[in-house]
Amino acid sequence: MKMLINVPETVVADALRGMAAAHPELNVDVENRVIVRRDAPVAGQVALVSGGGSGHEPLHGGFVGPGMLSAACPGEVFTSPVPDQMARAAAAVDSGAGVLFIVKNYTGDVLNFDMAAELAEDEGIQIAKVLVNDDVAVTDSLYTAGRRGTGATLFVEKIAGAAAAEGQPLERVEAIGRQVNESSRSFGVALSAVTTPAKGSPTFDLPPGELELGIGIHGEPGRERRAMMTSGEIADFAVSAILDDMPARNPVLVLVNGMGATPLLELYGFNAEVQRVLGERGVTVARTLVGNYVTSLDMAGASVTLCQVDEELLRLWDAPVRTPGLRWGM
Amino acid sequence: MLDADFFRRWVAATAASVDREAERLTALDSAIGDADHGSNMQRGFKAVTAALEKEAPETPGAILMLAGRQLISTVGGASGPLYGTLLRRTGKALGDAAEVTEAQLAEALRAGVEGVMVLGGAAPGDKTMVDALVPAVDALGDGFAAARTAAEEGALATVPLQARKGRASYLGERSIGHQDPGATSSALLIAGLAEASGE
Repeated sequence: MKMLINVPETVVADALRGMAAAHPELNVDVENRVIVRRDAPVAGQVALVSGGGSGHEPLHGGFVGPGMLSAACPGEVFTSPVPDQMARAAAAVDSGAGVLFIVKNYTGDVLNFDMAAELAEDEGIQIAKVLVNDDVAVTDSLYTAGRRGTGATLFVEKIAGAAAAEGQPLERVEAIGRQVNESSRSFGVALSAVTTPAKGSPTFDLPPGELELGIGIHGEPGRERRAMMTSGEIADFAVSAILDDMPARNPVLVLVNGMGATPLLELYGFNAEVQRVLGERGVTVARTLVGNYVTSLDMAGASVTLCQVDEELLRLWDAPVRTPGLRWGM
Repeated sequence: MLDADFFRRWVAATAASVDREAERLTALDSAIGDADHGSNMQRGFKAVTAALEKEAPETPGAILMLAGRQLISTVGGASGPLYGTLLRRTGKALGDAAEVTEAQLAEALRAGVEGVMVLGGAAPGDKTMVDALVPAVDALGDGFAAARTAAEEGALATVPLQARKGRASYLGERSIGHQDPGATSSALLIAGLAEASGE
């Protein structure tokens, strides 16, 4: 598989150097792998720190900036960052108002953020944590590591970031983050497997006429494989899987998210089908976002995330944001 | 008695086998995980080797504590904290003795494995590193070669299991029929003990 890289060992560092050059408003520490708002710490504001494996760009580094994250910690490709990174980020962004860790529910992320929280608390930094676990494709039981964190991460980071920017206290920003997660569900499909730089070939074998339903964002296969379906059939399947798990009583934010290798033309077409299904199911759509936000390297496919919002969450969603990956109102 | 040289040989032998087997670990991880276990462990043990050379710790306990800290700081994923905790707990249990007996090492390693089980929440049969480590520690009383055999058999025995922890658990029944990459790298760590002892 051809890739636009030098060598697999330096892909993350190379991308960070490029990001530093493109975004002078961010302080990109290539050696220690921490991306920080240049104006951090912001006096009187709770700081938000997230992170995770690389390969999901623009998540998380592309969401650093006013109205969203204060700092992000990129790990190796599909590998959670190490505790030292988050501890360093927390120290760089804490204004004294405390730091909220936003953690996607993967065993590695949870363990490393927990260790980082201990390190930061030893330095006198107040840490709170929101775990994102929105993927309905995984059975949430004692027999799995629990539901994965996927598309809802964007909603949590944006909405909690807006609450922090308003000067709300740590307990409140944490509560809002949890509310967003609890009100969100996602479902994803893959049309092709992902190729990691380290491996150089697809991580699983997906024949041309088939698709994987219920995939994650790390190249892990899904729960079920079927003969290829149309955009409309996929929308029916994905939206039903979500609404069966979380009946929508409130208006929803819709994220139709590309996995990396699916063109926007297809994503918009898929969104039309998603909106059709939501209409048929009587769900009111408050806002829709279509694009590549929580990706999985070069995987083809898409995910749908719905987040039920009340007036406050919708106001916070609409609040100004200025990051490389998401920008409006400022 | 096992002196600091024995523990340096153990770490070096493990680093060499992780390096040799990196592609196989990544291939196993590709089937039921995310295809990076080999490269992550390789990066970690490279850092461990460099740190041991630079800081030159002199006791068995200090060697394992330093190795564990390096793994936590460089591996990432779940493997970093889990392997790091395994070596740190084991090292801590050995204290600052210049030499330790095989029985003391077995007892310390048991404490390390218990640390892994608490941190990861995994029990035997969940298709994780624990499935190689627990039988190995149980067999240590019969010598390092017996522990190596037990760990390798434990890793092989993960093939028919359904994963209940870690990323492989997302696959449900589709995780059955594959050997667990973490149990496989754990068997390499235990094989390193046998190699260091010449057994």
